[in-house]
Amino acid sequence: MAERSFKKEVQTLKIGAGEEFRGEGILAITKALLQSGVGYVAGYQGAPISHLMDVLADADDILKDLGIHFESSASEATAAATLSASVMYPIRGAVTWKSTVGTNVASDALANLASGGVTGGALVIVGEDYGEGSSIMQERTHAFAMKSQMWMLDPRPNLACMVDMVETGFRLSEASSTPVFYQVRIRGCHVHGRFIAKDNVAPPFTLAQALETPRRDAGRIVLPPAAYEHEQEKVRDRWPAAVKFLKDNRVNEFFAGNREDIGIIVQGGLYNNTIRALGLLGKADHFGKSELPIYVLNAVYPLISDEVEDFCRNKKAVLLIEEGQPDYIEQNIHSILRKAGINTPLSGKDVLPMAGEYTVQTIRDGLRDFLDNLPSQLVSTAKAEPVAKPTVEQPIVFTSVRRQQLADIIPPRPAGLCTGCPERPVFSALTLAQEKLGEHHISCDIGCHLFSILPPFNLGATTMGYGLGASSASAFNVKAGKRSISIMGDGGFWHNGLTSGVGNAVYNKHDGVIIIVDNYYSSATGGQDILSSRADNDNRSTNHPIEQAVRGVGVKWVRVIDRTYDVSKMRALIEDALTCADSGPKVIIAQSECMLNLQRREKPAFKKDVTQGVRRVRQQFGVDQDICSGDHACIRLSGCPSLTLKDNDNPLKDDPVAHVESSCVGCGHCGEIAHEAVLCPSFYRADIIHNPGRKDHFLNRIRNTLIGKLQRRHRERIERVTI
Amino acid sequence: MTDKTQTAGAEPLKIAILAMGGQGGGVLADWLVDLAERAGWYAQSTSVPGVAQRTGATIYYVELFPPPWSMAQPPVLAQMPTPGDVDVVISAELMEAGRAILRGIVTPDRTTLLTSVHRSYAISEKSHPANGIVDAAQVIAAGNDTAKHFYAADLQRIAESCGSVISASLFGALAATAVLPFAREQFEQTIRLGNVGVHSSLAAFDAGWNEIRSARMQQDTKTASARFPALPEKAGTADGQKLLDNLRSRFPVALQPVILAGLRHLLDFQDADYAHAYLNRIEKILALDNGAGGQPRGWTLTWQFARYLATAMAYDDVIKVADLKIRDSRMQRISREVRLDQGQMLEVADYMHPRFEEVCGTMPERLGRWIEHSFLRNWTATLFRKGRHLRTSRLGGYLLLYALASRRSKRTATLRHAQEMQSIDDWTKKIEAALETDYEFAVTVTQSRRLVKGYSDTHARSSGRFSQLMKAAEALDGRTDAATQYKTLYEAALNDVKGERLQAALAAMPAL
Repeated sequence: MAERSFKKEVQTLKIGAGEEFRGEGILAITKALLQSGVGYVAGYQGAPISHLMDVLADADDILKDLGIHFESSASEATAAATLSASVMYPIRGAVTWKSTVGTNVASDALANLASGGVTGGALVIVGEDYGEGSSIMQERTHAFAMKSQMWMLDPRPNLACMVDMVETGFRLSEASSTPVFYQVRIRGCHVHGRFIAKDNVAPPFTLAQALETPRRDAGRIVLPPAAYEHEQEKVRDRWPAAVKFLKDNRVNEFFAGNREDIGIIVQGGLYNNTIRALGLLGKADHFGKSELPIYVLNAVYPLISDEVEDFCRNKKAVLLIEEGQPDYIEQNIHSILRKAGINTPLSGKDVLPMAGEYTVQTIRDGLRDFLDNLPSQLVSTAKAEPVAKPTVEQPIVFTSVRRQQLADIIPPRPAGLCTGCPERPVFSALTLAQEKLGEHHISCDIGCHLFSILPPFNLGATTMGYGLGASSASAFNVKAGKRSISIMGDGGFWHNGLTSGVGNAVYNKHDGVIIIVDNYYSSATGGQDILSSRADNDNRSTNHPIEQAVRGVGVKWVRVIDRTYDVSKMRALIEDALTCADSGPKVIIAQSECMLNLQRREKPAFKKDVTQGVRRVRQQFGVDQDICSGDHACIRLSGCPSLTLKDNDNPLKDDPVAHVESSCVGCGHCGEIAHEAVLCPSFYRADIIHNPGRKDHFLNRIRNTLIGKLQRRHRERIERVTI
Repeated sequence: MTDKTQTAGAEPLKIAILAMGGQGGGVLADWLVDLAERAGWYAQSTSVPGVAQRTGATIYYVELFPPPWSMAQPPVLAQMPTPGDVDVVISAELMEAGRAILRGIVTPDRTTLLTSVHRSYAISEKSHPANGIVDAAQVIAAGNDTAKHFYAADLQRIAESCGSVISASLFGALAATAVLPFAREQFEQTIRLGNVGVHSSLAAFDAGWNEIRSARMQQDTKTASARFPALPEKAGTADGQKLLDNLRSRFPVALQPVILAGLRHLLDFQDADYAHAYLNRIEKILALDNGAGGQPRGWTLTWQFARYLATAMAYDDVIKVADLKIRDSRMQRISREVRLDQGQMLEVADYMHPRFEEVCGTMPERLGRWIEHSFLRNWTATLFRKGRHLRTSRLGGYLLLYALASRRSKRTATLRHAQEMQSIDDWTKKIEAALETDYEFAVTVTQSRRLVKGYSDTHARSSGRFSQLMKAAEALDGRTDAATQYKTLYEAALNDVKGERLQAALAAMPAL
């Protein structure tokens, strides 16, 4: 069960020609796939296209009705390899993942796919996770397009254009026998907008037809000598075919401006922010009417030399707006202009930053720099009226000193584990174990558990990639006084960790400790099901225990803890794994369900039961504020969002006390660590009994009478002296 | 539609929403889009979810373009806020408003800043071993400085009181600011058509609206002063009256409130005799304070001593914990905190992990000392290895704690009491010695008692640091820079989790 449900929204995928679609970018892309007669879709979740996978999963019925096959792939490599169905058969296929990390994983399959080429349109929708909010290294997918000779679209972030480019992408792929990248940036994925829909189209040639009438052509298989021929084919046939298609279909757009002596070339995805930047300088209006002509690259690879030459030829200066580094497009355009003997100066990374996200502010500053430094004869010839009133930037009135003071106090807000997260006790236990056995080398992985590197845990030294936690401890396979510890999640484990990490450790006789956090889902990407998920999934086969897989590859020392909240047991297991005499990898599988998913399921069920009069008990934790000492050791060992601070009611005490907010889900972790670390006796668990039964009433009456009497006596004793 | 009408100067409304993961910033953005689209506007929203959803801070950005416009050539709207170009900033937490100001998206010529003033403490604030909470007043001041219109109210509390979430009260507050050209009914209709938690959302909307409209907004955060109680005319009991009379006759008016708080604290902890002993100890320091010219300083030394002596004398022992846990007022407080409804029942389980030392501490001094170092320590080790869940709301658990609390009458004869009194005596001596060197030095030595706190391991750790400071105090006696040197050490110890800062500070003072 994924974090966000699109069950309601996917109904809009059914609308037909002429109707208006309103919604999020990812939903629009899905609709575009249906309108394009796609035959199969696959992918691996991860921001910013997690929701695209969720939309597809929730739209499974609609896809089935159209005869479209959808698959949640085991990894991006699987997804890329899935496109091989389009090699021999005229079937359109689309796959999606987070880039560049997913593209890294997929690149082997992509290279082979691109070498042999495709018959049916093959689209790789990459969610470009670059800039603010990104959780990965900042790299460009563009490099993969160049090295494998796949074409790359980067449409304007306007739903109509994005939808149009999906279908165009398929046609481009077919016209040039080449798989195509469709790049969509994070804000494009989540942009809300509208477009006029077309009818959905069932795939004209189906996967079943392909299976029943199989075809083969050894010339498409990547093996010499065919592979040598593929390389020639790419430059001889496919490239010119792609260029012709892009030109004929006017995939790149020219927007005329009031003046012709200067111009802008921009990646499609940056178009909207470029228009705003121009607007702020008084050079464009809110409908895209600009003083400067703009050449929009909806296709960023390959570039169309003729178009570039025509746009630049009679201009005195051109600015290229290209985000990220290296400056592939800038180098490419320089090369085109040089070869064509065109002397128009090209600006780009000289006025814009080489690296980092191109915000509106960044583009505006770059544009201003470009315009302010035009050769003098250009400035004087600029006669055109401004199309919009420039926005005067308001300086902030408070002084730089006050600003610095504010900057000093605003606390950072790092991402962290959720309230009640079952991974938190694993890291508390690890912290306590290290307090006893000393600091160890810890290799981390990708997933929610990577938040352990942040406060309050501050654990872990490296992260090398999804599922690579155990692999990245490989070198530490030497005799030493301490063992290495590596961590991976269940998502990473199935993605590749089983073979690349666990299998590798067995084979190489690695003595280290591998902790596998099994929270029943691929939680960090939004709670999608995986092989070991416990839920019954109508469309997938689940309930395959990690323990069996681990034993299957030969691990002898395996311990499973099925309630991670037992910090005491967790700590004992870790200490045992670090100190026992056994050789070979020590694998601890720490299992408890992701609290987000648990709550999403349990909360409505609990509410329903309670309204129907069923006896249910809700647990919530609390802190006795007059017992809490204000040392906050509990918070340093927990970090739970619902465990926070409160003013101390006692005026004699300086320090705020710990406090559990009502968002507490009753996991008990705070109480457990108070126990295990011997902190303080201020934690209590409140059991709130809804619809108490007869037995509850009976016991309650007896208790209240007796305890009430003692409470009164105690109070009277204290109140003997009062001021 | 011609180009002319399009360029007639219509401007989109630009709205940034700063929220933390799980606060419903996305819901608020969706409502804004829906509200505008129903009114015929062209709406665009974007966000950057990803890991920020997991308790991190994130921005939702909305642009709304007024009619007329056409699908043939729709408005081209930006995907992120630009400094100097934002009309409305909505912040779902006070520090996020500060972050918006730092990002420069709040400007005095046009930005309406609406923020909830409640705090959701960041991990750096929460994990501080003393008090790491930042000064909220600075953000309020910056809001007043940088926004064209600044609205601040506790919209989190308002939403909670309506059984709703902050997105609804923010939406109501936004409607009340009248910064968007839509009527209140249009806002409410959006919530209704959303069809999720409509009733409670509308209640929170209304409460948010009223908060802004009634101008009850909190423009300033409360100050920490004036927390000490005023003296009552008469005490509640005869013994209490005696203490009150003593307080009035023996101490200057300026010191009376803090000593009163101390007296009440100690009556709650022990008894009237103990409270008298408290007064006697303070009186001695007051005499020295007077001798050292304390009066023009407002008897700072005595004031601080009275404060920390009260908490030192009411040390955290097992008896105190039991005493506090068995009170009826406690059960009432928990019932309030968990919002116990009529017809529901409450059970309480306490998490206790007393160590061998704590148990010995409750014994008579000599017996306790003997047992602490006897064979029993090893024999009973397994008993103390695990924490216990004590069902205080059940008879068995309650009676156990009741019996422990009853040791209160014998407390002054326990081993723990003897240990604490020894520590207080040492501390007092250090203060007296320090006073001979320098007044300021003595005040800081007094204040450093703040370090001692907690139970079990925490107590051991904090007391360890305190005794290091006491040693340093002795070494610093007589030095002209004693006050500043000692203060450096004290602050290092106070802001230290692992003890590294204190060790570094000590190492940096070779004279010690």
